[in-house]
Formats: sequence, C-alpha cells, structure tokens
Amino acid sequence: MIAFASRLLAALTYPRAIDDFVEIANPLHSSREVRARVVAVRPETHDTATLVLQPNGRWRGHRAGQHVALTVEVAGVRRTRCFSVASRESSSDGAIEITVKARPGGAVTPLLVSGALTGTIVTLSQAAGDFVLPELMPERTLLLSGGSGITPLMSMLRTLSAAGHDDAITFVHYARSSEDVIFREELSRFAGAARNPLRVEVRTGDFVAETFAELVPDFEDHDAWVCGPPPFIAAVTAAFAARDAAARVRVERFSLEPAADVPTDAEVRFARSGRRARGAGSLLAIAEASGLNPPSGCRLGICRTCTCRKLSGTTRDLRTGALSSDADVDIQLCVSAPVSGVAIDL
Amino acid sequence: MNTARRLSAADLEAFGAELDALLHRTRTDLGERDVRYIRTAIRRQRSLELAGRALLFASFFPPAWVLGTAALAASKIIENMEVGHNVLHGQYDFANDPKLSSTTYEWDSVCPADQWRHSHNYLHHTFTNVRGVDADLGYRLLRVEDAQPWTRWTFFQPLYAVALAVLFQWGVAAHDVDLRRYIAQPRERTDEDREKIGGVVRKASRQLLKDYVLFPLLAGPFALHVLAGNLVANLVRNVWAFAVIFCGHFPDGTETFEPQVLDGETRGAFYQRQLAGSANFEGGRLLHFMSGHLSHQIEHHLFPDVPAHRYPEMGREVRAICEKYGVAYNTGSLGGQLWSVAKKIARLALPPLTGRSSTPAST
Repeated sequence: MIAFASRLLAALTYPRAIDDFVEIANPLHSSREVRARVVAVRPETHDTATLVLQPNGRWRGHRAGQHVALTVEVAGVRRTRCFSVASRESSSDGAIEITVKARPGGAVTPLLVSGALTGTIVTLSQAAGDFVLPELMPERTLLLSGGSGITPLMSMLRTLSAAGHDDAITFVHYARSSEDVIFREELSRFAGAARNPLRVEVRTGDFVAETFAELVPDFEDHDAWVCGPPPFIAAVTAAFAARDAAARVRVERFSLEPAADVPTDAEVRFARSGRRARGAGSLLAIAEASGLNPPSGCRLGICRTCTCRKLSGTTRDLRTGALSSDADVDIQLCVSAPVSGVAIDL
Repeated sequence: MNTARRLSAADLEAFGAELDALLHRTRTDLGERDVRYIRTAIRRQRSLELAGRALLFASFFPPAWVLGTAALAASKIIENMEVGHNVLHGQYDFANDPKLSSTTYEWDSVCPADQWRHSHNYLHHTFTNVRGVDADLGYRLLRVEDAQPWTRWTFFQPLYAVALAVLFQWGVAAHDVDLRRYIAQPRERTDEDREKIGGVVRKASRQLLKDYVLFPLLAGPFALHVLAGNLVANLVRNVWAFAVIFCGHFPDGTETFEPQVLDGETRGAFYQRQLAGSANFEGGRLLHFMSGHLSHQIEHHLFPDVPAHRYPEMGREVRAICEKYGVAYNTGSLGGQLWSVAKKIARLALPPLTGRSSTPAST
C-alpha cells in the first residue's frame, strides 16, 4: 500500500521527486541524503572550533574513528570536505560533533570555524572508514595523535570511557604548543580522573622516537591507532617499524600524499565533451584545467563525488601508486592520474 | 543578404576580445547571487504548480478552474524556460549542486533532456542560422528565408506554423531525430534513431500519464475539468514558448548563413554571426522572467552558459560594444517582432517572384 502510494506520488510529481516539493516547506527533509542543522559552533583553540550537527532521519550513526563528508555552500558553490566525527559513537538519533581546524587561505574550513554557519543546513555523507576499534579490544591499546588528527581518536577515547572500557589504554597527543591543544580541558579531566587505568599524556613539539620511548617504553607491545599530519604519521610508523612492530599500527590520513613515483605527462580524452588534454596531476585537475567542471568533493579519494567512468586506458592511483588498466570501470578522478591511452566519460 | 557592416579582421578581433572580456568579468563574478536567484525561481515555480493542481481539484467552481489553469500554465512556462532551458545549458553547473546540474536535470516536457542538450545546446547554438546544419531554422517545416526552396506545400505554411505553435513541445521532441527522414526513409534508420525515439516515447508516456490520466482520475467526478485544465496549461505553454523562440531568430533583419562561414570561423566572427542571427524583444522584469530571459536571445547566443538573469545587465554592455563597432543589434517590442515573423512566414508561403535571387530546389 505504502509502496503503491509512493509510486503514485512519484508519477504525479515526475520529472521532479516528491522531496523537491517537501523541501520547500522543510529544508532539512530528504528521503535520500543526510542533511543536518548546524546547532552550534563552539570555539576550541584560536584556529579550531567544534560544530554541533543535528542530522535528519537518514543518518545511520557512526563508529568511533569514522569520518563524514560535509558539503557546504561557499559563495554559491557547493564544496565537500571530509572530517572525522569527534563525538562518541552515535546511533541514528542525537547530535554529532566535528572539530575543524581553519586552514589559512582555505575555502571551507575558515568559514566552518568562523561560526557563520550556525543555524544553516549542511549535507553529510553517511559515516565511512575502517579506522575503527575492533569488537574485542586488544590487550593494550595506544591512541596516538598529532595536531588536529586528534579528532577520530577523541571519538574513540570518549566512546571507550563512556562504556567503561578504558583499561590498558594509553592516549598520547602531540600539539605544536600548549595553546594549540584541542580539547585541553577535557583531556586534563581524563588525565586527572581518580580511578585511572586510562593514561592520557599531552606533549608539545614534534614526535621524537627517543623521547616517546621514554614515555611508553614498551610501545611495540600495543595495538596503535594513529592520526596526524603526514610527517607525524611517517615518524610514528618508522618508530614502530624500527622495533619490528609495523603491523600493529593503523593510520588515518587527512591529506593526500602522492605516491613516490609521480606519473609522467600523458594524454587524456574526455569522450562526451570531445576534449583532449595533457597533464601530470589528477584527472580531476586535468579536467578542470581543460574547462570541464565535473562534480567533486574532498579531492582526497574519500567522498566519491567525482567518481566517473573510465572507458579505456591505464591510470595510476595517486595514493598507492597502483596501476589500473581495466576498461569500463568507475574511478575517482581526484586520486587517479593518467598513464596511457586514457578515455573518460566526461 | 549580409546587411551587417563588414568589419576589418583587426576590428573583428577587437570586437571579439571585448565580448570575451565581458564574459570573463561576468563569469568570475558568478556566485551566491545567481544560486539564490535560480532557487527562488524554482521555489516560486513549485509553489505555483502545487497551487495550480490544488485549485484544479476545486474546479467545480469556475473561477478556481481559471486560476488553477493559469497557475499551472505559468508554472510549466517557468519550469521549461527560466529553470529547465537555462539549467540544461549548464548555466548553474558552477554551483556543483546536483539539483542544478545540466547533466542530471530532467524537465517537464515530452522531449528528453539529453536529446535536447544535443539538438539545442550543440547543434542550434553552435551552428545558429547556418543552412542545412541548424535544424531550428524553420524546424524542417517552414520556409523562413528566400534561399529555401518553395514547393506547392509551402503555400500552407501559415497553417503549419499554427500547428507547430499548438504542439510545440512535440516539435521539440521530434527534433533530435529527423522525424521526416525517419518516416520517409525507413531503410536509413539507425540504432541511434531507434534509441532516441524510444527515449521520447518513454518520456512522453510519463508526461501524458501524469497530466491526462492520473491527475484527472484523482479528481473523481471532476476528471474532465482537470483534464481540460492540464490540456489548456500545456497548450498555453506551447504557444508561448513558440512565440518567444520564433521572435529570437526569425524577425526581419536576422540573417542566415552558408555552411562555408564555419570554416576557420574566429571568435569575433562567431560572435558577429550570433548577433546577426538573433533578435531581442523588450519588456519589463516579468516578461523577461516568463520568457526565461530569452527576450535577450542575443546575449543568450553570445553567452549561452551564463546564468540568464544576468543578460539584462550584460545587454547594456553588449549594445554599447555593438554601437562602437557598428554591428547591428536587433531589438523591438514583443508585438512588433511577432508581427514581423508572421509577415515573413506569410510572405515566404508564396512562390518567389521571378527575377528575384533564390536558390533553386536541390532535391
């Protein structure tokens, strides 16, 4: 009956969707996408703030450590960026929080941090990512973060603490200076709690393997979750590798580091528009430079907004360096570079 | 034939550069204002559509029928012209919003949007008024210039024009496939033709189902009232769209071109051809809005993917540039332009006078 009614409504509103009429009255409504109201923007440090988001009924919740793609409109243009959810593991109802650092000169993050979006509606993806805790916690856990990389680990810490599973957990955070410590008060509350199987340490300055080894001498005996800027991740993984424990580290990156072997200049054919171009970077950048405007989002290979059909040719994954020579497959333009004979359905 | 002053190659280049500069200035200024504009238009259109459909359900009360039909007609006109036509041109693609994207938008017309984007955006806008290439030139049905051959069937073309006006959306739907060839030469049919016809049939069935079956049935005892209201609304939209579009390319003073002009055509020459092949009509903001700003057909043909609500302000600059270079800028009142189109269709229905230059029938 309901199925029949919704088919009838769809036929009556064709070629629009029923949503297109409902959202005139309620902009938060959507039967497909997650939309959220920005309930509050809370400053954290001089360049970071926490956005409290109240999602609509499409939100399916998140696991601690996962991220969402957030879409906002900046000067009339929709832009998508990925952020780890910082609040503790959520079900489908209730607000979630993301904590954002304003990147100087960035198009999106300064706007988010400024608080100007309070009360507006933004679009979210469902939570995604496999940087999560296992069902059964390891014997010893190390949560290690640098700078704004603290957010997914904060979600883990908050989740574990709320569930009382915070035994044998060491949380170490590195910040540039004490003014840059996000969640400083909350972290010191954790650190100073009376019953303290949980250990929370905050350090300023770069991660240095030697001093870290003084702090956690047996770190190689921990299962580690690590998030931070690329040099931080590189230093931590090197420290674990030096003790033959590389496999115990799981990392979450929030910026794109091209794989070492940067692809050479190659020709690309955009089949639908009939354009040809040459370039070395991502197919997204090449397409944009040749005047095309494909939908795009995070530009990090996460949100999949720029997914597009590759008709033929070989592309290289900018993150891993892996080659793909399959024809007629969907690829992410932002993390694929042309190698040879590439034709894209664009 | 060519009444425009011949520009020197250097002038033509400078003329093109000035229009390019205007395009660039406008494009870098696109943003929130444009997105807000089109979303407001969409909101108004949907509210009118809801109001129109609701009023038609109360159409046992005659004024409700009239108002409902008027609201639905207005909503269909706005959806087709200010929203559909302009969104499908990619005017709002810069916003990166899937709901305003030329690749995903589908409009309230029997013509599938993807076929329209080929026949209109590509063929008509690139080859505007070029004989044998631009199928909008007389819609393969009318003789709209002396150079076209006259046959005895041409004599009845005022009737064809009326029929095309009444059935305009079907004319548009039959456009991407050359329906005349499809029917007359069954052996020439390609898979692509068949695919396109299939697309039109699927799209048209859903449109007909909505307006002529489902909404009337829902109205129960007033089914016929609703059916009549929907029919009249579609008809009004058809006639209005026909009028606006015919005022865009066929009033006196608009020129047609031989395919040779396309060889090595420079940017400046392209602009000059678009200017010579298009005509504006003047009016207030409401008239511009209800014509999807195709009242600014000239600016639309110069800058087809710039948000159309920008055309009035761009038009002032275009006119100044045209005056500077002595390029004709064809504009007039809506009534005047329509009258001139009607006269042309009537005059060309008659056989060419002997001695007058005309190309003999080549078929």
